[in-house]
Amino acid sequence: MIELKREELLISQLADLLVNDKHIAVGAASPIPGAASLLVKEEAKLLNNRIRVTILHSNKYNNFTDGARELFDCAAQGRIDTFFLGGVQIDGAANINLVGTGSYEKIQKRFPGSFGSALMYFVVPQIILFREEHSPRTLVDKVDFISAPGFSDENIYRPGGPKFLLTNRALFKFDKQKKCFCLLKIHNNESVENIIKLTGFKFDVDDKITNMSIPDKTRIDILRNKISYMVSEFYPEFADRIWGV
Amino acid sequence: MRQFDELSLPELVNKVEDGSLIGIPADYSGVPMKFTKELIKRGVKNLKLYCLPLTTIQGDMLIGSGCVSEIEAAAVTLGEFGLAPRFSEAVESGEILIKDSTCPALHAQLQATEKSVPFMPLRGVIGSDIQKYRNDWQVIENPMKSSGNKNEPILLLPAVQLDVLIFHAPCVDKNGNIQIGRRRELATLVHASKKVFVTTEQILDIDFFDDELSAATCLSALYVDGISVVENGAWPCALPGVYGPDNDEIKKYSIAAKTQKGFDDYMKSYLSN
Repeated sequence: MIELKREELLISQLADLLVNDKHIAVGAASPIPGAASLLVKEEAKLLNNRIRVTILHSNKYNNFTDGARELFDCAAQGRIDTFFLGGVQIDGAANINLVGTGSYEKIQKRFPGSFGSALMYFVVPQIILFREEHSPRTLVDKVDFISAPGFSDENIYRPGGPKFLLTNRALFKFDKQKKCFCLLKIHNNESVENIIKLTGFKFDVDDKITNMSIPDKTRIDILRNKISYMVSEFYPEFADRIWGV
Repeated sequence: MRQFDELSLPELVNKVEDGSLIGIPADYSGVPMKFTKELIKRGVKNLKLYCLPLTTIQGDMLIGSGCVSEIEAAAVTLGEFGLAPRFSEAVESGEILIKDSTCPALHAQLQATEKSVPFMPLRGVIGSDIQKYRNDWQVIENPMKSSGNKNEPILLLPAVQLDVLIFHAPCVDKNGNIQIGRRRELATLVHASKKVFVTTEQILDIDFFDDELSAATCLSALYVDGISVVENGAWPCALPGVYGPDNDEIKKYSIAAKTQKGFDDYMKSYLSN
């Protein structure tokens, strides 16, 4: 059996969620989503399908020519199917916080800021929340600051929103009707009991819960022999750490 | 007569007044680091940084050096090298005011100025705490009968005009037209600034307007108030299409700047080189 890195397993989980997309965009500080997007693009090519990928921090893998605002205009026009967002904190109602902890006006620990989340979360149909650390301090009952809300009132223009949340231990689906997460898959070293213990919010558990799927040899080969070099163009530190390229 | 003003770097640095609202380009659009170094040496004070839409080492250095009173941004970060430590500490201690925003809002506020209209609408954002804490933003009901949705609340953002903008470009032609390539957000920044100064790697003895390809990727000299030739002017940041970032240097900075003492030691050597 091939020894698999944790990051490679996560890349593969994300890739499984992207197979039906036409255009995937990847924002700041997202090497794992970036690798997953390029991976499904390469896999689609083998099946004679076309997936476009825009990596914002890349010159080579970037479809935009009209400046940094084009990402937001393109998303608002409905031309991006999937985008990834993270968070210092994510809560059970899928609110995300990228700003910091503590009360806002007397912030305790300041993080970079909200980036484009406050628009992208509203207009991209499939938002995948991705946060590697799965702990009560990242997955909280209620975020300290709402960079972007998980859902909105009926009269607000909102074709987009959260669909999945992936951590290094679990994959959840967001149920828009019930406004809560549902546990779909867990890492093979994990138990549902432990996930409950490490999650600061309440969630449902799917009847058909499974382990995270292990990528086959073909996928791992593409990832290591091709995608790794592509990633090194825009996330050199990451590519060096994971694949030594 | 030459069609543009060529300035020395000290002359250019002196164009920035204390208290200015200054445009700050993102790490992918040509960060004027050598200019920033000279500005810090000059001891500029109370700058208000307007980031389109984020800043990295440039903003963090200016903040750590005590040059900044206020910053409007969607993010301040050292990217792969983690949090921007001087920024984080300055916000936590209340030393600087942060006007938290989101990328498309920072673009839209300048686009309003480009068109010389008083505000620009933007979808999304409503219901976030970003909106909650921005007293200068307003939500109205969509007043249009034939476009958008009936009864739809929509966010309005004020037009923002910058006092001054400085960015670093790969090259300039003999008439002072600036090559910006696909970094068209620089055009947005330029159109929304009262004064624009450019540092560049080189001045070429050609006219970009002689060729459709180069004409389409340049910014006309009509918007530019002065140009200074500064080689390697974005280091340690990247200059897209010319050179990549010096990741070893940015990493070194990210480690040193974790404490004010470490930052001060780093800056002492950085400013003296």
